[in-house]
Amino acid sequence: MKSLKVALAAALCATALTTAAHARDQVSVAGSSTVLPYATIVAENFGETFPDFPTPIVESGGSSGGLKEFCRGVGTEFIDIANASRAIRDSEVASCAEAGVTEIQEIRIGYDGIVFASDINGPDFALEPIHMYQALAAQIVVDGELVDNPNETWADVNPDFPDWEIAAYIPGEKHGTREVFEEKVLLVGCEAAGDLQARMDAGMDEDTAEENCYAVRKDGKSVDIDGDYTETLARIDANKEGMGVFGLAFYENNTDKLKVATMSGVTPTTESIAAGEYPVSRPLFFYVKKAHLGVIPGLKEYVEFFISDAMTGPDSPLAEYGLVAAPDEEREATRASFAAGETL
Amino acid sequence: MTDASLTPATTATGTRSHTRDIGLKARYAAERRFRAYGLAAVALGLFFLFLLLGSVIAQGYTAFWQTSIQLDIEFDEEVIDPDGNRDSDRMVLLTANYPLLAQRALHEKLGVDPDDRAARRDANSLLSQGVRTQLRDIVVSDPSIIGTTRTVWVLAHGDIDSAAKGQFDLTVEESRRRVNDRQLGYMQTLEEAGVMEGRFNTGLFTFGASSRPETAGMGVAIIGSFYMMAIVLVLALPIGVAASIYLEEFAPKNRLTDIIEVNINNLAAVPSIVYGLLGLAVFINFAGLPRSAAVVGGLVLTLMTLPTIIIATRAALKAVPPSIRAAALGVGASKMQMVFHHVLPLAAPGILTGTIIGLATALGETAPLLLIGMVAFVADYPATPFDPSTALPVQIYMWSGQAERAFVERTSGAIIILLLFLAVMNITAIILRRRFERRW
Repeated sequence: MKSLKVALAAALCATALTTAAHARDQVSVAGSSTVLPYATIVAENFGETFPDFPTPIVESGGSSGGLKEFCRGVGTEFIDIANASRAIRDSEVASCAEAGVTEIQEIRIGYDGIVFASDINGPDFALEPIHMYQALAAQIVVDGELVDNPNETWADVNPDFPDWEIAAYIPGEKHGTREVFEEKVLLVGCEAAGDLQARMDAGMDEDTAEENCYAVRKDGKSVDIDGDYTETLARIDANKEGMGVFGLAFYENNTDKLKVATMSGVTPTTESIAAGEYPVSRPLFFYVKKAHLGVIPGLKEYVEFFISDAMTGPDSPLAEYGLVAAPDEEREATRASFAAGETL
Repeated sequence: MTDASLTPATTATGTRSHTRDIGLKARYAAERRFRAYGLAAVALGLFFLFLLLGSVIAQGYTAFWQTSIQLDIEFDEEVIDPDGNRDSDRMVLLTANYPLLAQRALHEKLGVDPDDRAARRDANSLLSQGVRTQLRDIVVSDPSIIGTTRTVWVLAHGDIDSAAKGQFDLTVEESRRRVNDRQLGYMQTLEEAGVMEGRFNTGLFTFGASSRPETAGMGVAIIGSFYMMAIVLVLALPIGVAASIYLEEFAPKNRLTDIIEVNINNLAAVPSIVYGLLGLAVFINFAGLPRSAAVVGGLVLTLMTLPTIIIATRAALKAVPPSIRAAALGVGASKMQMVFHHVLPLAAPGILTGTIIGLATALGETAPLLLIGMVAFVADYPATPFDPSTALPVQIYMWSGQAERAFVERTSGAIIILLLFLAVMNITAIILRRRFERRW
């Protein structure tokens, strides 16, 4: 009885030790929830096309969360790829380098449009960045003075808009989309209104003035959505006079429920974004640890498969889902850069 | 003396009870009010329970049916293996153009003009992209099928499935819909021919995660949850019971055991995300266990469940009357014999109930799994607990964020499955308690 117990304990310890050293045999990806659906489509097709490799694991968790995980270190216990809906920040590159992750390959997979949509039965909105700024900024300049945003309804912003109380559902701070929304909509609107200059004239330096421009109001008219676009959609279902910020792909899957607003006179479509006409779009990225190439089986093949025309070209499954394919030369350049092993 | 003082008092109340107002009416009224409040509280609870169940079931029951199309598929050798070298190169059968076989069969059934590209594309998108793996698996498992024609039920595309279930608003203009008028016409043709119908969705239980709603299932999540529950049971039950027996029966009552007791009660109330952080730091970063693996999830949930089990076990041990212990010791049993022969068997139903309730809580937990990488897209079945997997509540969370309409019903369908698992566990706990509980 006693010897049996000892043997059992020894066996347990042995399995624990061997598995601790057990190498990972599938690609591990984490990051942006915007890139997640694209990455899962690629992962799934990869598993089907390359039966010799297991299907990659794709974790969600946001651009920042994914990059943080990515920068923990080099080795099979750390992830290989971080998906991001924004470019990696210098501070993140620095923290990566501290943990020994020095060689990072940046891959641009295509573009994503950020669209503004309201309930399908509502009126058409022809938005300009200045409208969003005047509706949502915490402070705006009125008669030469910086005051708390006095606008109550969309009609206050522009008489052509309906007399709806302002209610906007925008991505929360942890989303990469928020940064794009701030830079390409609020800041542009702030400049267009001349408010950026007015702030600088009032003594703010440029950085403070910009930050002040895209600080959103906290009086409940602008609501941060920390979850997914499904949550934003649920808010619009509940408040038919709400305006939500969505990814183009999500909108295209819900065109029977949502009506999209034009921005600066352009309707968001994959074509208008690819042509650069629609102003609010951003590139999507993923970052690869060069040190893991050749160590994790299938990693190189996964990246190559991802950037092939079969996945991210104009008629690919990702384009069908809503990704705006990059122009031919850019895709060619991405492939060449990955093949050459260029790092940040 | 006592007699003398009692008698006058009783006679006094006896005679005065008819006249003195002792607030009987008010007291009855208060009791009636209290009962009404209690009833209202129960009714409110039931109302929200039915609201929750009602909305989940109303939205989710359709997930158990999946629209499928019956096709007579000719496994044409020209398509699968044009050069005839499948015996020497196994990749031939794995990478053949299987969707073409299904598309051809569908075109024939619908009478689509092969030169009409737009019509062909509309017809092709009735089919799920999962037909590639479906047909591949059929051919790989039995290559002799090549050259013959078989009747196969293939999955319809998720959008077609949603349209067939009436989840799209078909009154909006055609360009705003995921399914166009021609496809609706095709659907009608197929339905009238009796080759398109809703069939029981076994895939919901067997498939792994997928980006296509029609081939997305809870298989990996069910296995992952099963592994985790097994690990929790194997680790938490013996450790928890041993700890409680020691604390309850053997440990001296002093400052130290008091501190331990306070800590255990505290730990039971710690938010579960804290255990996730602990798991990330200890099991993954320090012990080097693999990310996203059920074993780490199981260990984290073990830590989370331990305090619950210890508290329940100690309560069960306390409920065994001291006379049992005294009798055992009195006939000469050692303290250990007393515990294992008498106290533990009598406390077992309570311990099991506590354990099952602890397991049920662990089964529904997502927050700690987020940090150890189990909130992930995992398509392949985990062979061992060391392979990546997800868990039931994680799958619900992942599906709830998907854009496709067909995932809405699947989210609710997954909730129904999780609720069934929980109900089974809780009912088992009640049956065990009813059956084996002893009253003194």
